[in-house]
Amino acid sequence: MTLFDRLFRDAPLATRNEITPKLGFALTMLLALVWLIPFLWMGVATLRPASDGINLMAELMPSLKPTLDNIRDAWEIGDFPRYTLNTTIICTGILLVQFFTITLAGFAFARLNFAGKTLIFYLFLMQLMLVPVLLIVPNLTLVAQLGLYDTLTGVMMPFFASAFGTFLMRQAFEAIPTELEDAALIDGAGLFQRIRHIYVPLSMPSFSAFAIISVTSHWNDFLWPLMVINSPDKRPLTVGLSVFTATAEGTQAWGTIAAGTLMVIAPLLITFLIFQKRFISSFVTSGIK
Amino acid sequence: MSLAEPAALPVATSAAPRLHVLKRFSAGFKASLPAYLLLLPSLIFLALFTYGAMGRVLIDALYQRTTPKAPVRFVGLDNISAVLADPAFTGAVINNLIYAVGTAIPSIGLALLFALALSRTNAVTSALRAALFLPVLIPMVAASALFLFIFLPNVGLLDYYIGRLLPVLPNWLGDPDIALSAIMVITIWKNAGYYMLFFLAGLQAVPEDVMEAAHLDGAGPFQRLRYIILPELKPTFLFVTVIATLNAVTQVDHVFVMTKGGPSNSTNLVLFYIYQQAVEHYDIGKASAATLLTLAALMSLTALSFRTLANREGGP
Repeated sequence: MTLFDRLFRDAPLATRNEITPKLGFALTMLLALVWLIPFLWMGVATLRPASDGINLMAELMPSLKPTLDNIRDAWEIGDFPRYTLNTTIICTGILLVQFFTITLAGFAFARLNFAGKTLIFYLFLMQLMLVPVLLIVPNLTLVAQLGLYDTLTGVMMPFFASAFGTFLMRQAFEAIPTELEDAALIDGAGLFQRIRHIYVPLSMPSFSAFAIISVTSHWNDFLWPLMVINSPDKRPLTVGLSVFTATAEGTQAWGTIAAGTLMVIAPLLITFLIFQKRFISSFVTSGIK
Repeated sequence: MSLAEPAALPVATSAAPRLHVLKRFSAGFKASLPAYLLLLPSLIFLALFTYGAMGRVLIDALYQRTTPKAPVRFVGLDNISAVLADPAFTGAVINNLIYAVGTAIPSIGLALLFALALSRTNAVTSALRAALFLPVLIPMVAASALFLFIFLPNVGLLDYYIGRLLPVLPNWLGDPDIALSAIMVITIWKNAGYYMLFFLAGLQAVPEDVMEAAHLDGAGPFQRLRYIILPELKPTFLFVTVIATLNAVTQVDHVFVMTKGGPSNSTNLVLFYIYQQAVEHYDIGKASAATLLTLAALMSLTALSFRTLANREGGP
């Protein structure tokens, strides 16, 4: 992946000596530590025993008698296994349908000529500019009319088509030499066989970049599921956490809130720490849509 | 564009020009059919949830519907004027403008600093990049839960470590004069690491020979930054500004978790206002009118910036 290489290539020699004055670097280092403080507090507060009391809650020095009580409490109060399952279903469902729709549409734009191609291309492009997040009100009405209010399918449906994904796949497919397809054509492979056996396997890096972007954004999505979901047992992690926070805040149970937050962000955080470079390059790609 | 490829089409006799056009059209359609079928799944969902939604916003804005059972009544532009006359809406617009500028400038500035400092790749800079990028990955709701405690009066993290140095302990989220700035801090914390990535990518495009030549000519580090690096990063700046503006209008999860728009509407943002109208007041007409106005503002803004980007060669 060229973007990946671009980002992790060193800055040009002449450039890098200019742009890392010691003061700027020291300031960045200091700010990076400040940036980590909320995470640090989350970890320390999760393990702090309730006996330390509210006055020590902000202490960033870890308690000498760490406890797992907060995690246990959060687990019991918040039904996090259920929230995690719901979020996983939502993210997986969206991603699987998206893979299907963006592969087909991406292929059509990359390799086929058809009447109205430019017009339809602009229709897709428009979706990128329309800011779908703002369309929550009409989409909620539609989801209700379709009988999908308070269902996970209703949460997923607006994201089944992705203009960004289509453009990403179009770009990936265009980079594949036509000779490969011609050879398969001579062997008598049909359209779907060519897509399945030539285009898809050769575009795996783009699929994985898209998967990272798609899962991260829907894992973190809040306002839309909040509007669609009514039943407590269908809440995704974000909605579950907001309800949980509101409840625990009243009882000043900050250790439990920290533990709940930790449980919500741990899966993505761990995945990121394992696949750091891949995540970062995917995020750059997503911006360049 | 197969209508422009008559070579593949049967030659029609000059006696039947209308039939000729029809035949050409149907042949064009037939040749295009596989592509249409491939696009169909995407187009169905886009039609339902993007273009259809746009249309419904337009129509809903013209009708009054305040309870689920009440009859729908055509009210023309009344909803729009009602929204424009609503101090809660105009307040939200002003808050959102302050919020957009107040989050975009610091987070873009910090992102540039981070990128300049971390442009070299080694173990230390990779770790620092990761630390600055972590907030990007977590849900805004989770960030809000953490910052709720940070801003907690007296016992919270901020007061525990810094607040005690102040003559008066502020109630960070409870004071209408401070609350908006407090939620801006979360946004800056969450987005600076994201924008850093684009500046890191943009820095790779700074031509080395130009930098060397400037060096030989005796240009100091500040001059080289001012006259070579920053102009080279112009497209990145524009692009990141667009993203930051969109984020400022579309991210309201923290408002929901932390302040619910309060105290006294000081942290109410446009999208939260839309949510309130639709869900809390069940005023679909007013919510649609507000959506329409916001969409129009954002779309003209993005269209404008896309034009600027297109005119300037080599945008991102």
